[in-house]
Amino acid sequence: MKLKRIIIAAALLFNATLANAVLNIDITEGVEGAMPIAVVPFRWVGSQKLADADVSAIITSDLARSGKFSPLSEKDMLSKPTTPEQVDFKTWRIAGIDHLVIGAVQLQKDGSYQVQFRLFDVLKSQQVLGYSFPADRQSLRYVAHRISDYILEQLTGLGPAFDTRIAYVTSSRSANKKIEYKLQVADTDGFNPQTLLTSKEPIMSPVWSPDSRKIAYVSFEQGKAEIYIHDISSGKREKVASFDGINGAPAWSPDSNRLAMTLSKDGNPDIYVLHIRNKALSRVTNHWSIDTEAVWMPDGESLVFTSSRSGKPQLYQVDLSAGSTPKRVTFEGNYSANASVSPDGKAIAFVLGEGNRFRIAVMYPETRLMQVLTDGPQDESPEFAPNGSMILYASQVNGRAVLAAVSIDGGHKQRLVLSDGEVREPSWAPVRKK
Amino acid sequence: MKKIIFVSIAMLLLSACAEQAIKDDGLMDAGASGDQYGATVGSVDAAGVGSGTMLAGQEYAVSYEKSAINDPGNILSQKIIYFDFDSSDIREDYVELVKHHGKYMALNTASRIRLEGHTDERGSREYNVALADRRAQAVKRLLLFEGASSDQVTIISYGEEKPADFGHDEQAWNLNRRAEIIYE
Repeated sequence: MKLKRIIIAAALLFNATLANAVLNIDITEGVEGAMPIAVVPFRWVGSQKLADADVSAIITSDLARSGKFSPLSEKDMLSKPTTPEQVDFKTWRIAGIDHLVIGAVQLQKDGSYQVQFRLFDVLKSQQVLGYSFPADRQSLRYVAHRISDYILEQLTGLGPAFDTRIAYVTSSRSANKKIEYKLQVADTDGFNPQTLLTSKEPIMSPVWSPDSRKIAYVSFEQGKAEIYIHDISSGKREKVASFDGINGAPAWSPDSNRLAMTLSKDGNPDIYVLHIRNKALSRVTNHWSIDTEAVWMPDGESLVFTSSRSGKPQLYQVDLSAGSTPKRVTFEGNYSANASVSPDGKAIAFVLGEGNRFRIAVMYPETRLMQVLTDGPQDESPEFAPNGSMILYASQVNGRAVLAAVSIDGGHKQRLVLSDGEVREPSWAPVRKK
Repeated sequence: MKKIIFVSIAMLLLSACAEQAIKDDGLMDAGASGDQYGATVGSVDAAGVGSGTMLAGQEYAVSYEKSAINDPGNILSQKIIYFDFDSSDIREDYVELVKHHGKYMALNTASRIRLEGHTDERGSREYNVALADRRAQAVKRLLLFEGASSDQVTIISYGEEKPADFGHDEQAWNLNRRAEIIYE
């Protein structure tokens, strides 16, 4: 397939009191070998198609964004079946389409909706998958994302990536150079941005809890760095770390009970683990160098972190059992920091610095192989997608901070652009909160 | 890095021995040259105002009365210390400045400062918070060495989060690698 450039503009917000800046998705490079698929516009029964909940358009956009599919555009569709009887596999085969998705959205008497879809294998001329979902007005977009996840899993084996949320920090500068910082969460396609926190002081390092119900982050709102845990649904938050000096780089343990963090209260930035409920604090590193940016291995028994103990920042791994010595993990170049561990623990994405250029790289501890995935020059904050297939990160384009994503093999890149302000420090929620 | 800090402190000790006496009224009686660090210490005239010390090519008066920190002609009006890339060592050309602030704080015991550490945008954010903290800690150590007390100093590290210059080039980076002294 030829490389394609697809620009998908986001519709505006639903509610004037929500954040007024919306993410646009701009796919900058396609991928050779993407599966040709056609998502035929769904039939709407009992109601007009809702422009802000166009289910088939959402599915098309998700599948394109994954980098695994090359969806046919509507204007190129010679037929638009909405029921199985209307499907003529031969015409789709001739058009070079491997898979076909059709469906319908039906308004019920009580104002709710029923959404159904069918996925067909065109070459085998048979249905592969078909589901029906109840939805209400608010959840129609999420049903569409779930359908995208079903299709993604069925055709690629990958776990879900669309029916979840991302969090990020934005900053915007007013004319008198005053900065306003916001912590926002949005759907993975940038829709529905909601502001959790607005502040005149910096916000840093948002991280989702494993159950996607909470976000931990660093806020300077009271004049110094402090770590909060913020419950998304209730809006309530708890300050969990306000020690002297640095309180930073929170990271949730896989069992949700602990936060790894960076504290300098004992004289020097070191890694500590806080038990969230009883507030018991244990120290993990004790070294005069900078130790920070701890992240957990999926078994919850060791941490990967950044340390300057060999002179420049490098990644180390340490077991949480007592008396364990950190072992160095990165050996190339003279700057490796800001690790993100893949969901299966087999890959570590990180920031590789060479001179003035900072790029995202991924290394495989088992083989010690490393691959550089991005071009820089100021790429940072890598974050694995929950299905391990992509890495979300912060980048700069024309001097403006944006979010971007790259596939784990480096073959597909895309950019998510906030329509105003600067965006950074993305965190990808592991599973959609139901 | 630890070694370099010790050496710097040792060199400061030596220079302190060669330095001028402090008058009872708190004004510095300069006379000798303190040229080792690229700063020249001028003479103090009868009115008690120093003819100057240099910083970044500009000449400033040296005195430690309470209002000196707000006097644009006084060295103490300069409150930003700049650093080299990935370094938290106090540069030679800023050692004198920090020492003057330390002396001021020693003589004005009610003075309190916020010491804010910053980095340029390069590299990862949380690592930069730690690096910026180190810069502020290095300044604090020198202030304490000159007689300030620990409870006069509060350190906040902002990493790269609060740049002075929003550009993405060497010029901006140079201006962002800094520690700022803010008298409260």
